[in-house]
Amino acid sequence: MFKLGDVSNGDEIVSSLRGLALFSDLGQAELEQIADPDWERRFKASERVLRKGFTGSGVYVILEGEATVRINGEELARLHRGDFFGEVSALLGSDPAADVIAETSLRTLEVPGPELERFLLGHPRVMFEVLKTEARRLHEALAWRG
Amino acid sequence: MARLEEKPSPPGDYPVVVVGSGPGGLQASYSLSRLGVEHAAISQDDSPGGMFRLFPIYERLLSWTKLETPCPVDSREYEWYDHNSLLADEPEQRGVMRDFMSRTFMVPSREDMERGLAAFAERTALQVRYGCTWQATRREDDGRLVLTTTDGDYRCRAAVFALGVTAPWKSPIPGIEDVPHYAEASRDREAYRGKRVFIVGKRNSAFELADGLEEWASKIVLASPRPVAVLSSVRARYLQPYEDWTLGGGTVVLDAAIERIEHRGDEFHIVAEGTTRPGRIELATDEVIAATGFTTPLRDLAELGVQTVGQGRIPALTNFWESEAGSGIYFAGNASQGAPGLRKHGVGSSSPAVHGFRYNARVMARHLAENHLGVRAPRDLVKRKELVSFLLQELTSAPELWAQKSYLARVVWGNGETEILPLADWLDRPRPDCVAVAVEENAAGEIYPAVYTASAGAVSEHLLDPQPLHDFRGAEYQRRLAEIL
Repeated sequence: MFKLGDVSNGDEIVSSLRGLALFSDLGQAELEQIADPDWERRFKASERVLRKGFTGSGVYVILEGEATVRINGEELARLHRGDFFGEVSALLGSDPAADVIAETSLRTLEVPGPELERFLLGHPRVMFEVLKTEARRLHEALAWRG
Repeated sequence: MARLEEKPSPPGDYPVVVVGSGPGGLQASYSLSRLGVEHAAISQDDSPGGMFRLFPIYERLLSWTKLETPCPVDSREYEWYDHNSLLADEPEQRGVMRDFMSRTFMVPSREDMERGLAAFAERTALQVRYGCTWQATRREDDGRLVLTTTDGDYRCRAAVFALGVTAPWKSPIPGIEDVPHYAEASRDREAYRGKRVFIVGKRNSAFELADGLEEWASKIVLASPRPVAVLSSVRARYLQPYEDWTLGGGTVVLDAAIERIEHRGDEFHIVAEGTTRPGRIELATDEVIAATGFTTPLRDLAELGVQTVGQGRIPALTNFWESEAGSGIYFAGNASQGAPGLRKHGVGSSSPAVHGFRYNARVMARHLAENHLGVRAPRDLVKRKELVSFLLQELTSAPELWAQKSYLARVVWGNGETEILPLADWLDRPRPDCVAVAVEENAAGEIYPAVYTASAGAVSEHLLDPQPLHDFRGAEYQRRLAEIL
């Protein structure tokens, strides 16, 4: 079994991660550690990335392309480069509450659910950025309800 | 010219062309043959075996062929105990690798594996045109593919590329151009006697080198940015260097991003930055080997729309291992990992290994035959009253489901026809009411049956409990599955 290597100095995944708000505080060595070639996923337009009601999904960071969040086909939100999704179900160990569909050709970095805790604890600056995004989403949801 | 004509599959028009004679190409060619699909099989090599003609360099394979098993050796269940033989319909051609195993090791040597693949090709009468190198590809106005080779042009409706993930790939570390890749490491271990060896990389090929050089090198350092994932990346066979490191022996395993490699006289100087534990690392060494992985030699296929993943090294594929639905450009063998499937709980497929991709090739051949050539592949029938026991038997012993967890599923359609299909495709495709089952594994390493039911267009997931002996045929499972269905 020959798997992909694990050395990614200066490669295209590192280049894609650089410039995303989520990874903006990280240096080259830390970016290389995150840029696992086994985590790169590519989806074709209209392919399902996250499946509502199915166990075992991960957290996806969009490197290129667009996706939509949908429930029963209805579009709830549109996601772009730098956005991430799937973190709620991965953190809580629950099933996703919505589908996420690739709207264009989509390239992502997927952090597998079981590795999320180690990933976030190992990269505290990334965890802080995730928290800020969650706070913003909560704020927007409360503002909408109010 | 006379000699060319004696070889099988001369240039010309074929429904399908298979490129490659490693295990992926041989399995694809065999599976197409048994469906009655005429095809040309070509290979740049002069004999079968693919990557096993060259690798691994020093050590044995990682995958087992067990000689003593609870099931007959010519049965389908035996495939579970033999990860190295290719799949055959004829019972007498199953488990070919058994003939090349001694009772010294449960895993074959490289030479054993090469001999086993050659024996499969010969015994199943596969017709491969050796010494015929694919050079370029184009699509004609009628949609057909044309493969230009050293022997001439092949025109076809679909092509299966079984190229291996075998072309050496180096990460762009400054100075790495001065050091050999894993594939270029000296096969004579004497060359490393008493030397300090620095290995760039910490996955299979890196640990295979380290394991092979332990008795020769004076010191071994392995380094890459990510920590060793012991069970998924290295496997127990090459673990001696890892154990030496954890016990404080002569081997060192570093989590570090390598900044540059400087060649100074007889030595190399490595400059790196720690990752898991930040900090500057500088060291001198006599030899450096780049175990930085491999890539798929895709030649000009990007011009026909083939996209890539994994740092541009693997073709991005549909669930049926096609570059794009309807393109007619299929992949078999190690590159079939380009269709990742669901990766539930982060568990990847076994597609980079023979025991995984041999099933992909068989499913792919059926799909290709039906979708491009109008050939209807045969399907077994399951009687309604036997459905529960059939599915539980499959969940307990079907080698496809155990080798390719959460990846290949046993599907039974409403009319009782049954087949093995990629689970991800079945889940997302419009389908009539039917059922699919798969073997799955969660983050805790528990293995359990998953049942997917399609009803009125919607699919529901039902997870059954794990069973200590992995036997899901008991009364409780029967009751639970009957309830779900």
